[in-house]
Amino acid sequence: MAKTIVQEFTKGLWDEIPPFRLVLGLCPTLAVTKSVENGIGMGLATTFVLLGSNILVSALRNVIPSKVRIACYIVIIATFVTVVELLMQAYTYPLFLTLGIFIPLIVVNCIVLGRAEAFASKNGIAKSMADGLGIGIGFTLALASLGAVREVLGAGTILGIPVFGPSFEPFKFMVEAPGAFVSLGLMLAIMNLAGKK
Amino acid sequence: MGDYILLAISCILVNNILLAQYLGNCPFLGTSKKMETAVGMAMAVVFVGVMAGVITWLVNKYLLVNFGIEFLRTITFILVIAALVQFVEMFLKKSIPGLYAGLGIFLPLITTNCAVMGLCLININEEYSFLESLLTSFAFAVGFGLALILFAGVREKILLARVPKPLQDTSIALVTAGILALTFFAFKGMA
Repeated sequence: MAKTIVQEFTKGLWDEIPPFRLVLGLCPTLAVTKSVENGIGMGLATTFVLLGSNILVSALRNVIPSKVRIACYIVIIATFVTVVELLMQAYTYPLFLTLGIFIPLIVVNCIVLGRAEAFASKNGIAKSMADGLGIGIGFTLALASLGAVREVLGAGTILGIPVFGPSFEPFKFMVEAPGAFVSLGLMLAIMNLAGKK
Repeated sequence: MGDYILLAISCILVNNILLAQYLGNCPFLGTSKKMETAVGMAMAVVFVGVMAGVITWLVNKYLLVNFGIEFLRTITFILVIAALVQFVEMFLKKSIPGLYAGLGIFLPLITTNCAVMGLCLININEEYSFLESLLTSFAFAVGFGLALILFAGVREKILLARVPKPLQDTSIALVTAGILALTFFAFKGMA
């Protein structure tokens, strides 16, 4: 528990990077990573919710009775999800449509509830902020990298820019559901090989 | 009548909630190591999924749309599901202890199962009627159970196989799930 704030932040980027190290939050990971752009959008939305809920849960940790804590966390998280939903609807409408049902589903993303329960309810506000931000950015990086792999192979583009010549035949498998499972599985294997820092 | 059968088949196989819509993957990987837990989870999801689908449909129509407060949908649905799970748990414990023992710890876990929340949201987004919602909730939940139990069977076999070290556990499970998804993907040709 003698970790500094900086360490709390950086652990989210490698040692505990979701969903590779903490195998949580798989549904959005699989569903939205057809392209880099979607991955980053989803990652940032989740980061916002994580940061908000971590701060609030940490601030209220001595007020919330432990018997009803999970229900309280869920209400806090759902509030931030609603905020993000309305913000995205107002400012990034095309992305809002692509992500669709997965924005309200951030509520049941186990990463968010997991951090509230495992970290924010036991630590101070500053540390919880660092933790939320670190895990959130780690999640965004993971989604973006998975999105990059699938977009390059499945559509032959990266962020919408073609990377191969016109003769490239897109590897359709990668942008569909089976490709999502297989590429995430192989990414996990690569992370296992790379080992912990 | 034919339409309803078609809708049910499309929800169970073609748009399988796990393998085609990517919902409920955490319990999919978490409870598929053993056949027993997979069956328990599948049963719990069917049970709660149908009830949640019906109740959220009613809440949406008569509460949220009626008062023009649809922006509160996310928060309301999760509360309804959480309360429902608690209630079902207490009810089963009192009146049907056998079933309660069978479902065991899987009931509370359902609150954070995005398949349940997902099917409620799909029902609303697709603007299904009450009967259609009832049917799709059941069909989606059955599809979830089907995929989960199939996958648990495969995973029990994997335990006996020699898997390369970096691929062990979750990694090989995901690759296998991909192959399973490929078989479900073939049903898309039917639609």
